[in-house]
Amino acid sequence: MAVTLYWYLIVAAALFCIGLYGVLSRRNAIGILMGVELMLNAVNINLLAFWRYQTPSVMTGQIFAIFAFTVAAAEAAVGLALVIAIYRNRDTVIIEDINQLKE
Amino acid sequence: MMVHTTVFIVLGVVTLGAALAVVTSKNLFHSALFLMLSFVGVAGFYVLLEAPFLAAVQILVYVGAIAVLIIFAIMLTRRLMAEDLVQRNAQWVWSALGALLLFGVLVVTLVQVNWPVVEAAVPEDSITALGQDLMGPYVIPFEAASILLLVALVGAVIIAREEE
Repeated sequence: MAVTLYWYLIVAAALFCIGLYGVLSRRNAIGILMGVELMLNAVNINLLAFWRYQTPSVMTGQIFAIFAFTVAAAEAAVGLALVIAIYRNRDTVIIEDINQLKE
Repeated sequence: MMVHTTVFIVLGVVTLGAALAVVTSKNLFHSALFLMLSFVGVAGFYVLLEAPFLAAVQILVYVGAIAVLIIFAIMLTRRLMAEDLVQRNAQWVWSALGALLLFGVLVVTLVQVNWPVVEAAVPEDSITALGQDLMGPYVIPFEAASILLLVALVGAVIIAREEE
């Protein structure tokens, strides 16, 4: 049984949904960021799977994945800086306790 | 072909199992370590997809940088690593149901579509072509990405630095 495009798409869908569950169910901001990273990885698997099975002779798919990497790195850096800044000011990273805008 | 399939199944089990451990582990530090394992599994998928450069970048950027950054953040906020702390919010059951539902919908949709597939091999010098494309037709997005990284770097330093 050969590996087909469907296998990659299903694995990526599973990884995306696991990440989504993490984002929705965690109370800790760092846990939420980890879920986002999993979702970004799932997207990259999809990009590369479509590249490999549809247009392996042109490099556009890989270049797209490289830009997704770049944005993910920027997102992680700024996101974790925000978490640390919030922790300094509020002494918590529990999302439910960070609700100044509501009060 | 058999080896390829076996490697795919092993990688899938490792990646998805580690990802499940990331979102369910009570101890956030363990989550971060499982996240590293999951990233390595994804790098394995890139190798299977014949994108060795992307696999190397995946290890360098995700395992080497992002996961370490996450571990740093966990250690800087280390009171929150306590075992007895509840890490799940009240809506986790609904979250799980929603994620499962989305997965079901995605799989049903994906399997129905007949994706066009090309039986071509990856060119021998794909990494050379990748570099030439990045410096040729895609040089403007490439420079924009570098500016984005610079802005994120400066922004992260300013946001996270101690107030005087």
